[in-house]
Amino acid sequence: MFNRDRWFEIFETIKNNKLRTFLAGFTVALGILIFIVLFGFGNGLENTLKEYFKDDKFNTIFISGGRTSKPFGGYESNRRIELTNEDMAEISEKFDFFIEGITPRVTISSEVGYKLKSNNYTIRGVGPHHQYNEMTIMMFGRYLNEMDIMNKEKNIVIGRLIKQDLFGDETAIGKYLTGGGRSWKVVGVFQDDTGDNEERTIYAPYTTMQKILKNTDEVDQIILSYNESIGYDGALELERKLKTFLKNKKKIDPSDPRGIRLRSASKDLKENQDFSDALAYIILLVGIGTLLAGVIGISNIMVFVVKERTKEFGIRKAIGATPNSIIAMVLQEAIFITTISGYFGLFVGVGILSSLGDTLEKDYYITDPYVDLNTAITATIMLIIFGAIAGYIPARRASKIKPIIALNAK
Amino acid sequence: MINIKGLHKSYQMGSNSLHVLKGIDFEVKEGELVAIMGSSGSGKSTLLNIIGMLDNYDKGSYELDNVVIKNMDETKAANYRNKFLGFIFQSFNLINYKTALENVILPLYYQGVDRKTREAKALKYLDDVGLKNWATHMPNELSGGQKQRVAVARAMVAEPKVLLADELTGALDSKTSKEVMDLIQKINEKGKTILVVTHEEDIARMCKRIVRLKDGVIVEDKKITQKKAL
Repeated sequence: MFNRDRWFEIFETIKNNKLRTFLAGFTVALGILIFIVLFGFGNGLENTLKEYFKDDKFNTIFISGGRTSKPFGGYESNRRIELTNEDMAEISEKFDFFIEGITPRVTISSEVGYKLKSNNYTIRGVGPHHQYNEMTIMMFGRYLNEMDIMNKEKNIVIGRLIKQDLFGDETAIGKYLTGGGRSWKVVGVFQDDTGDNEERTIYAPYTTMQKILKNTDEVDQIILSYNESIGYDGALELERKLKTFLKNKKKIDPSDPRGIRLRSASKDLKENQDFSDALAYIILLVGIGTLLAGVIGISNIMVFVVKERTKEFGIRKAIGATPNSIIAMVLQEAIFITTISGYFGLFVGVGILSSLGDTLEKDYYITDPYVDLNTAITATIMLIIFGAIAGYIPARRASKIKPIIALNAK
Repeated sequence: MINIKGLHKSYQMGSNSLHVLKGIDFEVKEGELVAIMGSSGSGKSTLLNIIGMLDNYDKGSYELDNVVIKNMDETKAANYRNKFLGFIFQSFNLINYKTALENVILPLYYQGVDRKTREAKALKYLDDVGLKNWATHMPNELSGGQKQRVAVARAMVAEPKVLLADELTGALDSKTSKEVMDLIQKINEKGKTILVVTHEEDIARMCKRIVRLKDGVIVEDKKITQKKAL
C-alpha cells in the first residue's frame, strides 16, 4: 500500500487514462453529492415538521373542570366542577417541585373597538407565565406582569393582527381600547408563529377579568408547565397525581372519568416524536438507496474498466505480474479515485446545502437543510469500501484468467 | 534447457474435446535457435504457450532448466515466467499508455529492481535494439518494426534463459522482418536460447533447427544451415 513504486505506477495509469478515471470519479462524486443533498432535504423536511408542533410548549398541562358522571360523597352526578384561584394556588404549592410556572385562563369573547373601528375578539384573562406556555413573542411593549395581576390593572396585550385591524400604521402602545363598556390600555403587541387566530387574541390580567367581567374567582383553565427533566414518564405520573389531587379536593369519585379534564402536549409530543422517527427512517432508506445506486454505478464501471484492461493484465502476467499484484493495482487505483472524488462530492454537496440555506422553506417545506459531517463521511467511506469490493470481484476474475486468453482478448 | 516428453493437450469445445497435442517429445539445448513450423491448427502455438507457462498441459512431462513445470499456481508461474522466459508476440503487446522505456522497465518492476537500476538497465537494452532515442515515445508513435524491437528489448531486459517468439514477424513487411530476425540472430549468437514459432519458410531458414508439427505430432526435426537475415 505504501510502496512508492506502486503509487507511481497508479498515477501513471491514471494520468494516461483520463476518461476512464473521470467516469469512475464522476459516478462516485455524483452518488455522494445526491446522497448529501437528498439527506439534507430530508432533514430539512423534519425541521419543518418540528416547526409545526411549536405552538404550545410541549411540557404544558391544561386542566379544566367538567361535569361529574357519578354520584360521590353525598353529591349527585352531573355536578359542575369549577376551578378557582385557590385550586391554582394549592397546585402551585403542592407540586412546586415539578412546576416551572402556572397560570389560569379565563376566556370571553367581546366587541372591542378603537375610535370608529371595532371587531369581535377573544379576550383571555391570564397570568404572566402564559407567555411561556403559548410561546408568545413580544413585538412592541411588554407582556402582562405581576403588578398588573396584583393591582387588577386594565392593561392589555394585543395580537399583531388586532393592531393591524384597529390601528393600521398607528402606534398602538399607550392607546386605549374600549370593550365591555370600559377602557383598556394597550401595553404590548405580540406575534405568534402558530397563525392568524392566535394573533387575533387579547391578553388581560385574569384578576381584572374576574373582577370586572364575572365577579367570581373562577377560572376556565389552569395551565402549568412542568420541568422538562422529568421526561415523558414523569409527565404522565404528574398528570395522574394532579388528577387524583383535584378529584379528592373536589369530592369526585376517583373512578369518574369526567369531572376533571386534563390535556397535555406530552402525548402529542410522543406522537410527533414517532412521526419524526418514521420520517427519519424514510430519509435513511432514501440515503441507503442512493448509496446503493452509487455502488451499482461504480461496480458497472469497475467491470468495464477490468474488461477493457484484460489484455493489459495478460501482458503484465506474461512478463511476470502475479495475480495478487494485478488485484492490488486495480483496487488501489479504484480506492484512490473513489476517495478523492467521494470527498469532492461530499464538499460540493455540503456546499450546495449551505448555499441553499432557507430558500426552499416557503415553497418546498424544507427548513435549514443540513447533513451532519459524521453521516456524510460515513457515507463516503461506505461508498469507498463497496466500490473496492465491487472492483475486487472483477479484478480477481481478471487476475485468474490465463494470460494466453487475456492476450487474445480484443 | 527444455525437456518435453509425451506431452498431451486437449481443449474442451462445448461437448467436444479437441485433441491438439498428441504426444510431443522435444528437447532444446542451451544456445539453440529453433523454429517451430506448421500450418494453422497444427498445435505449434499451443506448444509454445505450454513452454511459456501461459497454458497448462494434460499429460506428459515438461522440464525447464531442470525444473519440473507442472500444475503451478498462478503466482509461482508468474515468478518463473519473470525469471526464465521472455516473450515476443505477433501483435507486439506493448502497453499502449506507456512509453517505450516504461514498457521495457515493466519486467524489472515486477522483479522488484529499484528504480534507478531498472531505468539504466532498460535504457541499455533499448540501446541494444537501436531505439535509445525513442525511449520517451508512445507505442502509437512507433513503426511496426520499432514496436517489435521494443518488445524484444522488453523480453531481454529480465535476462531470461529462453526467449519465446510467436509469429514475431507476422505483422511486419519483409524488409522489417529481416531486420528483426537479424536482431534475433545477434542475440542468439551471444548464447541465448530462442524458440521461434512461424509458418514462413524463409524466417525458419534463418534459425539453426526446424521442428515441423502436423496434427499435434512432430513430423520432422532437423538441424539446418543458418541463413543470415541481412
